Amino acid sequence: MSRIRKNYENSFAHRFLVFVKGDKPLPEEDHVEEWRHRVAEVKETERAENASYIELAETDPYEDAKRYARMSDMRVLRRIYYVLAMLMCLMIIGMLIMNVAYMPIFGSEDTPTNNEVAERYLEKGSEETGVVNTVTGMILQYRAFDTFGETNVLFVAACSVMILLFYKTEPEGDRAGKRKKKAASRRRKEAAVAVEEVSETPDGGTEAPSCVWPQAMQEKETEPEPDVILQNVARVVVPMIFLFGLYILLNGHLSPGGGFSGGAVIGAGLILYNAAFGFRATRRFFDEKVYDIIKVGSLCLYAMIIAYYLFTGANGIASIVPLGKLGNIISSGLILPINLLVGLEVACTMYAFYALFRRGTF
Amino acid sequence: MEWVRLIIGSICIVCGLLIALIAAFGLFKFKFALNRMHAAAMTDTLGILMVLLGLIVMRGFCFDSLKLALIILFFWFASPVSSHLLAGMEVEISDRLKDNCEVEETERKGGRQ
Repeated sequence: MSRIRKNYENSFAHRFLVFVKGDKPLPEEDHVEEWRHRVAEVKETERAENASYIELAETDPYEDAKRYARMSDMRVLRRIYYVLAMLMCLMIIGMLIMNVAYMPIFGSEDTPTNNEVAERYLEKGSEETGVVNTVTGMILQYRAFDTFGETNVLFVAACSVMILLFYKTEPEGDRAGKRKKKAASRRRKEAAVAVEEVSETPDGGTEAPSCVWPQAMQEKETEPEPDVILQNVARVVVPMIFLFGLYILLNGHLSPGGGFSGGAVIGAGLILYNAAFGFRATRRFFDEKVYDIIKVGSLCLYAMIIAYYLFTGANGIASIVPLGKLGNIISSGLILPINLLVGLEVACTMYAFYALFRRGTF
Repeated sequence: MEWVRLIIGSICIVCGLLIALIAAFGLFKFKFALNRMHAAAMTDTLGILMVLLGLIVMRGFCFDSLKLALIILFFWFASPVSSHLLAGMEVEISDRLKDNCEVEETERKGGRQ
C-alpha cells in the first residue's frame, strides 16, 4: 500500500501525467467557483459553436469519438504517438537489417538449407516421381500427407462458413421448388417421428438447412446488376481463364503451377462469370448439388489415394502406377490426378466463399 | 542490330516508367475519386503497354514475346472494365459528386449510368 502524498497536485509526476493526458491543470482552491462559472460559459459557447456537431452526434453514433479526436488537447498526445510509432518502426527496421546482415549469401553452397535433404530431392526427384517440376514432386509425392491436410483445411473452412451462414433463425425461410417440397415432407416426417417417439432424433442430416432470408427478397437484392460492358468482356475472357486454369492444372508436374494455383484461376473465372451474368445463369451449370458432389467427391478420392500411398510405404514411391515418360502430359503416376482433385477443391472453395458471402446460397 | 534493339527497348521502358511516375503523382495530387482513377488507370494501360513493348523489342520474335503480347491484351481487356465498374459504383454512391464534376441530368433514374 502506498501512502497518499499530501501535495500530490504540485508534484512533478502529476504535472507530467496531466501533460501526457492533455488535461487542463487543476485550479487553485480560491478560484474553484470562478472556474466552474467559466467552465459553464465555455460549455455554452462550445455548444453554440458546435451546434452542427451536436446535431450530427444525435444521428451519428461515432460522432463523440470523432469530436474527441478533433479536440486540441489531443494534439500533444498525437505528437507523442507519432514519435513513438516512428521509433518503433526504426527499431524494427534496424532489427530486420541486422538479421539480413547475418544471413548467408544468396545461392552460396554452404547455406544451412543446402543439406542432404534438398540434395536428395533434386538428384533423385524426377527419377523417382517422374516430374520435371521438382516442387510438385515434393509437395504431392514426398509430402503428400501435408498437402492432404491443406486440402482438408479448405474443405473445413468452406463447411464452417456454410454452418455460420445457414444458421436457422426462423423456420419458415424456404427455398423455391423442390427444396420447398422436400423440406415440407421432411418436416412432416419429423413431426410424425416426434409424435411417435420423442427420444428418437430425426434424420435430417443430408438436407442443408434453409437460409435466413426469404427466397424472393434474396433473388432481387443479391442478383448483380447486368452491365453490358462487363458481360461482353466476360464472354471473351471467361473461356480463356478457364482454359488457362486447366492448362496450369494439367501442367502442374511439368511447369510451375499445380493444383492450388490452377484451382484459384478457375475459381476466379467462376466468380467473374457470376459477377457478369448473375446467380441464375451460374446455377445452370454450378448449383449446390454440383458443388457438393465435386467437393466431397474430390476430397474422398484424394483421401483414397493418400490411403494407397500410406499402404505402399508412406511416401508413395513404391506404387504400381507406371511413371511414364519424363516430360509427357500423362506421366508421373498419381500426381496428375491429385493435381486435378486439389484444383477442383480449391476452385469450389473460392467460388463458395464468394457466393455464400454475397448471397447466402448458391 | 543488337544495339538498336536494346536502345529502342530501353526508350520504351523508360517511357513506361515515366508514365507510371506521372500516374503515381496524380494519384496523390487529386482529391476526388474519379480523377484519381483516371490517373491510376493510365499505368494499367499505357504504362504497362510501354514497358512490355520494350521487353518484347529487347527479346525479339519468339514465344516469350507472344506471352508478353497476351499479357498486354489481357490488361487492355481487364483494366478498363474494372475501372468502369469502380467508376459506376462511385457515381452511384458518392454524395458530393456535383461538387467535383459536372453531372449531366439524364432521364433514366436508378440503375448504373
